[in-house]
Amino acid sequence: MSIDLAQFHRTFFEECFEGIDLMERDLLRMGGGPGGETVNAVFRAAHSIKGGAATFGFAAIASFTHHMETLLDQMRSGTRAISDPAVDLLLRATDALRSLLAAARDGEPLDTARVAGAQAALEAFLGAADAPESTAVAVPAVEQAYLIRFVPAPDLFRSGNDPLLILRELATLGTLETRLDLDTAPAFAECDAESCHMAWSLRLLSSHSRAELQEVFAWVEGSCELDIRLESAAAPPAAVATTGPAVHAVAAPTPRPGEHTVGDGGSIRVGTDKIDALMNLVGELIITQAMLAQLAGALDPVLNEKLLAGLSQLDRNTRLLQEAVMSTRMLPIDSVFSRFPRLVRDLAAKLGKQVRLTTVGESTELDKSVIEKISDPLNHLVRNSLDHGIESPEARSAAGKDAVGTVTLKAAHQGDNILVEVCDDGRGLDRARILAKAREQGIACTDAMSDAEVWQLIFAPGFSTADRVTDVSGRGVGMDVVKKNIAALGGSVELHSSAGRGSRTVIRLPLTLAILDGMSVGVSGEIFILPLSAVIESLQPQAEQVKRVVHQGTVVRVRNEYLPLVDLRQWFGLSGKSRPLHEAIAVIVESEGRKLALQVDELVGQQQVVIKSLEANYRRIRGVSGATILGDGRVSLILDVGAIVRLFSQAQAA
Amino acid sequence: MSTTGHESAKPTEAAAPAAPDEFLTFTLGQEEYGVDILKVQEIRGYDTVTRIPEAPDFIKGVINLRGTIVPVVDMRLKFHLASAEYNEFTVMIILNVARRVVGMVVDGVSDVMQLSAEQIRPAPEFGSSVNTRFITGIGTLEQRMLILIDIEKLMSSQDMALMDSVAIH
Repeated sequence: MSIDLAQFHRTFFEECFEGIDLMERDLLRMGGGPGGETVNAVFRAAHSIKGGAATFGFAAIASFTHHMETLLDQMRSGTRAISDPAVDLLLRATDALRSLLAAARDGEPLDTARVAGAQAALEAFLGAADAPESTAVAVPAVEQAYLIRFVPAPDLFRSGNDPLLILRELATLGTLETRLDLDTAPAFAECDAESCHMAWSLRLLSSHSRAELQEVFAWVEGSCELDIRLESAAAPPAAVATTGPAVHAVAAPTPRPGEHTVGDGGSIRVGTDKIDALMNLVGELIITQAMLAQLAGALDPVLNEKLLAGLSQLDRNTRLLQEAVMSTRMLPIDSVFSRFPRLVRDLAAKLGKQVRLTTVGESTELDKSVIEKISDPLNHLVRNSLDHGIESPEARSAAGKDAVGTVTLKAAHQGDNILVEVCDDGRGLDRARILAKAREQGIACTDAMSDAEVWQLIFAPGFSTADRVTDVSGRGVGMDVVKKNIAALGGSVELHSSAGRGSRTVIRLPLTLAILDGMSVGVSGEIFILPLSAVIESLQPQAEQVKRVVHQGTVVRVRNEYLPLVDLRQWFGLSGKSRPLHEAIAVIVESEGRKLALQVDELVGQQQVVIKSLEANYRRIRGVSGATILGDGRVSLILDVGAIVRLFSQAQAA
Repeated sequence: MSTTGHESAKPTEAAAPAAPDEFLTFTLGQEEYGVDILKVQEIRGYDTVTRIPEAPDFIKGVINLRGTIVPVVDMRLKFHLASAEYNEFTVMIILNVARRVVGMVVDGVSDVMQLSAEQIRPAPEFGSSVNTRFITGIGTLEQRMLILIDIEKLMSSQDMALMDSVAIH
């Protein structure tokens, strides 16, 4: 029978990439130190990738991983020292493995040169030290006869295992005699094609040890009865347990606490589409709940006491449910941070700098969708820090600083936001140079600008201070893209710098992209939602506060600041006549450091709204970031304050 | 509704996928139109729409269709018919076109008609409010004449301004 293995491929690849990440992290941690549990962890990861690849028929991956495994095995058994060249080699091999896997998964063209290079290097390395290996692993040259009783559990196929593959692998270890045992099989009519009713009695003539035989069955451990014994042994050893301890664990009886116990609380793998569906349903529930709350507001609280109590209970439970569902989408930012040790190590070596990377707050959680999108901007920032920020070791020593520079990645929660910081203790931003470059590139600037304004110049499209373009940074496609990506997530970027002491980039992001704290305002019968984070204050301007400026529109004076006033009714082309200003309300909003007053008819309230896409069935609208559904079932547009501020300042400049 | 549509469409899909044989007919002014029934998701009464800024007048706004935001087009305004009233009899056909959901306001929905290939004639070059590009043919059934529209092509076209290909930005 054949099983469609493809359905398991996704899980296999996911697990492999996780395994590689783990290997990489642990390899970096090993860096010349004593091996112990860390080597074992790397070995285990390599071993499961090899096993999986063999099961799913990815021969190239399996054979490549086999070489890594051999090297790691020597390291863990102590026949080979854990040296820097070996670790480097293994790191190179993980890269090659990653591209092999990516090629197998996506059918992308393979970077053959890299893979072949890594494989050749591995083989050469192993070959050079073949001698110690052969002495260390005392091969029992004598062939022994093993009797193996293999009874797969009926649900073996469901976990994607195929006894045939196992038997084939066994056959490679020696001379195999198989006897199929159908005693346990039910009558033909009752056979379930997807269950395994077979059992085997095997006799294997092999020079391999029992542990090696057992390893063949490693993938089906727990879903079979397995008994391996020597034919000559009269007394059967205590039947090798079905779910016995992992074979490899023998070498490492004491796992260091806190290193690999992460996630041991038991977890299941769930597709993000399922969580998204759950999220949508919760969104619907929140809308329904808001609708009920609105209806209940009109009821007599005395007569309907019980109903109202029930509704407030519903309100609380809905909120808790929403939080619970949201938390399932939350991932620790460590999954992003953990990529950087490798990047920093490689880059520092390339640039001839000495850099130490520290991370703070790796366990800070944020929405998966945000995590996915923050990785590229962070990458840019870290590269910039290394290339432009940190000086060469000589320059640092000359300046009286530690020759080893420090780059720090920090994450922390602040209210409904998450702050991610990239700091370095390098030379800081060079004000004069930025101004000079900006002028050269025709970006408007003056010497009188404040530091903060000068730093903003870096975010101008095409800006680059690097005198030569390296493959690290300096192409000038960096910071403006960073800023754009962050702004697209509803976040902001701030730069701080002090000359000679270093610079700090702070990214502020919303916790989630699905729900927004909004302020609802009414304009000629329509309700609009403003993101609460953008609203500074709202006021009813007095007639003398409002001035009309010729060709410039209207401005309103608020505490000695003149802010442009945008009439939402006019701007959106809504019907009805604008009220006289002193009867209307001005909501002051801010984005990217610029303020604007929006003229609305009334303030309706504050509420959490579920963001719905307008683009799914319609198109983008200028100044609108999405839509939501109000308690009464009506659709309300969410205003994109950033875009309005930008558009209006452009309109004003024109 | 859609179940029967699917079943009856299957044989034709296998033979000639381009020729649907069941049409939902609706009226706009004096003319009667037909659209492929498989593109129709449901028929609803007209309810409150939320107006959208910077949209042409025939785009009435968006509605909440069980949690999805759906734009609504008034075909009577699009085709410049004399009157476009909104009352409890105003109906809206919810279409599923180009992987999107769009609501279309018409004067009235008549019925579902089955047309065989010989009842469908090629479209003449003139004679209706709809640009002939979007007309797949003229269906005749006894005394009635039916203008058959390729609704997917019409709704995705640039002059409907429903999709982003128009590139506002």
